[in-house]
Amino acid sequence: MKKTITLAQGNGGAENHALIKEIFWRHLGNEILDRGEDAAVLEALERPAFTTDSFTISPLFFPGGDIGKLSVCGTCNDLAMMGAQPRYLSLSVVIEEGFELRMLEKIVRSIKKELPHNDALIVSGDTKVVPRGTVDGLFITTSGIGERRCEGIGISQIQPGDAIVVSRDIGRHGAAIFAAREGMELESALESDCASLWPQVASLLEAGIKPHALRDATRGGLAAVLNEWAEANNLCIEVEEEEIPVSNEVRGICELLGFEPAFLANEGTFVLALDPADVPLALEILEAFPGGEEAMRIGEVKGDYPGKVVLNSPWGTRRFLDWPTGELLPRIC
Amino acid sequence: MNLTLKNLYDDFRDPKTIKALAELITQEAEKLDRPVNIMEVCGGHTHTIMKYGLKQLLPEKIRFIHGPGCPVCIMPKERIDHAYILAQQPDVILVTLGDMIKVPGSKGSLQQARSQGADVRFVYSPLDALKIARENPEKRVIFFAIGFETTTPMTAALIDRAEKLGVTNLLYHINHVTVPEVMRELIDSRDEHIDSYNNRIDAFIGPSHVSVIAGAKIYREFPERYGRPVVVSGFEPVDVMEGVLMLVRQFTQGRCELEIQYRRSVTMEGNLSAQRQIDKFFEKRELFKWRGLGNIPHSALKLREAYAHLDAEKVYGEQLPVEEIEDHKLCICGDILRGMAEPTECQVFGTACTPSKPLGSCMVSSEGACAAYYKYGDLLQRRSDR
Ligand code: SF4
Ligand code: SF4
Repeated sequence: MKKTITLAQGNGGAENHALIKEIFWRHLGNEILDRGEDAAVLEALERPAFTTDSFTISPLFFPGGDIGKLSVCGTCNDLAMMGAQPRYLSLSVVIEEGFELRMLEKIVRSIKKELPHNDALIVSGDTKVVPRGTVDGLFITTSGIGERRCEGIGISQIQPGDAIVVSRDIGRHGAAIFAAREGMELESALESDCASLWPQVASLLEAGIKPHALRDATRGGLAAVLNEWAEANNLCIEVEEEEIPVSNEVRGICELLGFEPAFLANEGTFVLALDPADVPLALEILEAFPGGEEAMRIGEVKGDYPGKVVLNSPWGTRRFLDWPTGELLPRIC
Repeated sequence: MNLTLKNLYDDFRDPKTIKALAELITQEAEKLDRPVNIMEVCGGHTHTIMKYGLKQLLPEKIRFIHGPGCPVCIMPKERIDHAYILAQQPDVILVTLGDMIKVPGSKGSLQQARSQGADVRFVYSPLDALKIARENPEKRVIFFAIGFETTTPMTAALIDRAEKLGVTNLLYHINHVTVPEVMRELIDSRDEHIDSYNNRIDAFIGPSHVSVIAGAKIYREFPERYGRPVVVSGFEPVDVMEGVLMLVRQFTQGRCELEIQYRRSVTMEGNLSAQRQIDKFFEKRELFKWRGLGNIPHSALKLREAYAHLDAEKVYGEQLPVEEIEDHKLCICGDILRGMAEPTECQVFGTACTPSKPLGSCMVSSEGACAAYYKYGDLLQRRSDR
């Protein structure tokens, strides 16, 4: 019989302790975590940044990643987007009774595998087991503290004339999840872009590039990031549809289901607003990373519609690229 | 499902082709002595026109009128209330397609019903309802079927499959509507206050997916009896532009015909075996109320008497109200669906009514005219015109 998680393993007693030791500490242990104190005592950071995120995803394992990898990337990327190097993470896991132990271990392993890309450690954790049916498999919450390596990155720094760049082709995560959920078989393997972004950001900063704003295009996709930026600064962002990199697989899925790639989630793709003079070097640096060959300058901050994102088509028409709204639903026919 | 994805869109969005077609239409339109109003019956076309900004490429003399062609837009509140009530029956799983779950009825939307604990699921394909029924033998699964001729065969296939497999816990609430009847209604209505738009529609663009099933033949009467040419077109920008060109040429050459632009898969006859299967399970309703348009004779389908035991409308007849419900006073969806008004003429467009807080169904469905204008900003064109 498969070994599965029981309610007793969340009881705070011996079984709970054994689970934590066997699975979490064994894989994720480090000097701070191993002390087993109620709170992690950390060395003082100079310019700390702090963030938190919860991860609930179905399916838990998808092409290109799983909820474990995602929970590290997601939180670390939030830090990286502020120019902060991820340092310490907390990990809180809510597990449904009956969850397979082997799966849990697989998830923890992929957490372990992703941490070094960020130079980060798990320094505090918590495990709860809840009765069957109260959560869908397992939920993870990670919080993270990082250290800012560059001052003055933020939405408010975006200025007219800034170039807008995406770090790779868009929509992969959203499309991969849809395909996995609907059991579509695609000709070529479509994988989520799920990845840690700190290495890219670190390279940009090391090369002396100081982006005005960075944002990973997660839920809501590229469209949400651009709209947020335009609205927050009451500036107009104009993008060229032709320049937005989209893979054939993603485009195909969008065609089938009636989605727009710009609305689909990404988990390893970010948008940069930066001085146009920095664009060539930034593209050169991004190119060295997986998927980075697709990095593109897609538009700039200019135009007549403050607070709006305008999309220019290759045949000379223009329209707004609006916020995505509501649940993503496929069209009817 | 194995796909050659690139074939789905390649070529039909080629900028050069689109520009060339725009140029040809402009040249051709110069020969017109008056503007031509083209109604695209289907919301899918409205969507293409707005999303790709095609209006911006066309000369003044070519105007689009948005038609009633979205099964979500035209679903009257009464029927959404049915879905809402059915979803709340004990041990029922209500299954429907896409956007439908967002449309507000008088009690709320299916999305709201779901948040209150009702088991509402949306599926990509009606056949998924069968899977849900088999996985939940202790429940009753009700498929709330919507859509034009395009989706009807899938519902028929679902019933057929369920019958053959002896699945007994799957019922149907049928809301399939048909395109020709509503087009006829727009031109030839007996309703005296609808006369106002009688002569605004000069021509129709017919949706290709409807004709893949039903054939182009369903539009024959429009050129023949009503003097309105029809071109059956695909949904890609190149398809729509070519369809427009074909229509304009009919006017400049003094023809009035039924033509097919989308020869890739549309024939005059359509898919006969699908038509036979539809016929096996469905018959016309006497009357069906279209939201904003009122009752239109023979414009929808219902299950045949032989399948009454599968008909949720009958099985749950006692619980389902029959009174008509008025729409929001400020909402002019009706006029928009008839092609009498543009979304931006609505007082609450973009203010009290937005896609995340829709007052009317034209704003709900992503293919509704109001949603398309809001999302893609016809505002843009207007403002830069000034
Ligand atoms: S759902 Fe969309 S594509 Fe289908 S008939 Fe309606 S408007 Fe056309
Ligand atoms: S803007 Fe809203 S209220 Fe006005 S017609 Fe459209 S859907 Fe109805």
